[in-house]
Amino acid sequence: MGAVTLNHYLYLSAILFFIGAFGVLFRRNLLVMLMSVELMLNAVNLSFVAFARHSAGTMDGHVIAFFVMALAAAEAGIGLAILVMVFRNRTTVQADDLTLMRD
Amino acid sequence: MAILFYIFAALAVLGGLLMVSLRNPLSGAFSLILSLVSLAGLFAMLNAEFVFILQVLVYAGAIMVLIIFTIMLLNLNKEELEEPPVAWMRLIFTALVCAVAAFGAIRIFGHVEAPKIEMTADFGSIEGVGRLMLSDFLYPFEVISLVLLVAVVGVVLLAKKVI
Repeated sequence: MGAVTLNHYLYLSAILFFIGAFGVLFRRNLLVMLMSVELMLNAVNLSFVAFARHSAGTMDGHVIAFFVMALAAAEAGIGLAILVMVFRNRTTVQADDLTLMRD
Repeated sequence: MAILFYIFAALAVLGGLLMVSLRNPLSGAFSLILSLVSLAGLFAMLNAEFVFILQVLVYAGAIMVLIIFTIMLLNLNKEELEEPPVAWMRLIFTALVCAVAAFGAIRIFGHVEAPKIEMTADFGSIEGVGRLMLSDFLYPFEVISLVLLVAVVGVVLLAKKVI
């Protein structure tokens, strides 16, 4: 197994990021798409914190991770509010059923 | 320590995969919590005390409670949860694109070299990060509070029945 290096954390971060990207691209359920975005943001946080651990004693990565979390909270709040509005008006959470702009 | 990393990494990936594959959004939300908590463990292994606490409190706590609360509030029944049958072509192409992109990212990350760095005593502590946040990052910190304020106002406006 060997020692865990910075690269291992970055590999994991890349894998998680693209699992999230797959969820956004493939799933049609708005709730799951929103949760996939959260996973992508978390994967990015992991690389920030991993880089901070291996850079010359600065903690800037931790502060950036904090900012990303605050943005994720705002995004989740607004996204869910929009989702509730959509559900109230259209009674659906499937992205494929939302064709108002296309028809 | 290495074995802990692999356990946490496997749990994080498993949670993510379950989230994108399970049909029911509620099961997906619980899988995402598994993923987020394992990531919190990884943050702890990276000596990021402050980020670890935030991850558990804010992410696995507040944000996921919000999402699960909304899922339960919508109270979706069987027909509303019904997804169109799996489009295999789209599944294959999306998976292929993501796999290639992930492979590329991993190749690039393979070239990153980490220097051996001595950690300071207060690395990642709440005090250290807090000092940094209120000195070097003061303006971004104020901007993020504005962003949160705008989000709160926006959510209240959106959730109102009549605007």
